[in-house]
Amino acid sequence: MEAALARRPTARTGRTGRSRSVSAPPVAAGPPDRALDVAPDSAPVLSGRRRAGTLVIACGALAREIVHFRDMNRVPAFDVACVPAWLHNAPQLIPDRVREKIREHRAAYDRILVAYADCGTGGLLDTVLDEEGVERIDGPHCYAFYTGRAAFDALAEAETGTFYLTDYMVRHFDRLIVQGLGLDRHPELRDDYFRHYTRCLYIAQTRDAGLQIKARAAAARLGLGYAYRFVGYGELEEFLHRAAASAPDAED
Amino acid sequence: MSDDDDLVLSELNDEELVEQMHDDLYDGLKEEIEEGVNILLERKWQPYNILTEALVEGMRIVGIDFRDGILFVPEVLQSANAMKAGMFILRPLLAETGAPRVGKMVIGTVKGDIHDIGKNLVSMMMEGAGFEVVDIGIDNPVENYLNAIEEHEPDILGMSALLTTTMPYMKVVIETLKEKGIRDDYTVLVGGAPLNEEFAQAVGADAYCPDAAVAVEIAKDFMKRKHNLLGGATIN
Repeated sequence: MEAALARRPTARTGRTGRSRSVSAPPVAAGPPDRALDVAPDSAPVLSGRRRAGTLVIACGALAREIVHFRDMNRVPAFDVACVPAWLHNAPQLIPDRVREKIREHRAAYDRILVAYADCGTGGLLDTVLDEEGVERIDGPHCYAFYTGRAAFDALAEAETGTFYLTDYMVRHFDRLIVQGLGLDRHPELRDDYFRHYTRCLYIAQTRDAGLQIKARAAAARLGLGYAYRFVGYGELEEFLHRAAASAPDAED
Repeated sequence: MSDDDDLVLSELNDEELVEQMHDDLYDGLKEEIEEGVNILLERKWQPYNILTEALVEGMRIVGIDFRDGILFVPEVLQSANAMKAGMFILRPLLAETGAPRVGKMVIGTVKGDIHDIGKNLVSMMMEGAGFEVVDIGIDNPVENYLNAIEEHEPDILGMSALLTTTMPYMKVVIETLKEKGIRDDYTVLVGGAPLNEEFAQAVGADAYCPDAAVAVEIAKDFMKRKHNLLGGATIN
């Protein structure tokens, strides 16, 4: 029997019912996956003593780092509210979600800052922030503000085909990359995505041996060479110091 | 599991088969698409009709569902690979049978950008729609575009970028075309995930293409206008 001539009519029920019969959309590209967000689309993470005067609206992919910075540094506290990280797979949705968050909290805070880079919104996030009168961290994406923009440009220039990993991406590699790109279901797609990449560079926020092992395994999974560079919080740290400086306690 | 539902493509009539191919394309079933193409060829279908009615139309539906957030990149890639397999069979036959040529396009991703999934999809859909496509690949400095348009004399120049950091390079290319006084010789189309209409206008492109299917429609529209203009010039 010719295998190709005898198979189930997979799609006849499929396209007509469109969406429903095809394999489930990748989680990272579909509905919010709260497991990916340290502090998901939620009420502010309060400063502990009382509501702070400054709110940082952050991408969920930065939440862990921002909360850690706030709690570890003896700086005046600011509150943190998060927008889900999965929106990076649908960046056109980011500007409106950030706007909603700003409007939701504006009355309760003296100052709001946004911890989002442009993040693939093609300038539309800046349009929203201009309209709302809110400032964001500078830069095109988190890789650039973690490494520092000049350093990132140099890295990109030196090796264009670099795939970057941050702590967040290493922690959630399976969900974000393997499942998000459908590599678990269609491993043959790996070359479609990564054909032109030459190496995987882990720009680490923390010195964590466990994450380094995971990052190396991630690079191998993508068929790429591996490189490591500790960069810490980079320009995010300066941004958070500014947020702290504008918090009311800073003037105490 | 019963085999009652098994479907034999060769037993379907033409209309059912084409509809099934749309479905198979939607589900990214490469072997079934190859089989469907071969059956239609055996039934003496013109290669161009197979391409447009079975493959391009199927991918158009995929494109709509991608735009609407029903399908995602992995599924679209599967569909694209299935279409590519069908086109692989048809391409030499199209050359032999003299399929209609709508226009010519040079396309590539801009300097610093190695992401070519979108660009490849546009190339394939444009080819399917009857354009001759010269794909100059990834990471193209302005010189590559200039050399390609000089060599191939296209109607359309297409530029693609996935990164916020690389998309401004489109302006470099367009400004260079202006400096050389050849900007208006070409229709410049731009596309890529972070782009939008405002950006396309700001860099001086003729149009922003949000997806491959729309790119084809916009390209056809520009070609129609060009022919009308040429027609008008002849009459006058």
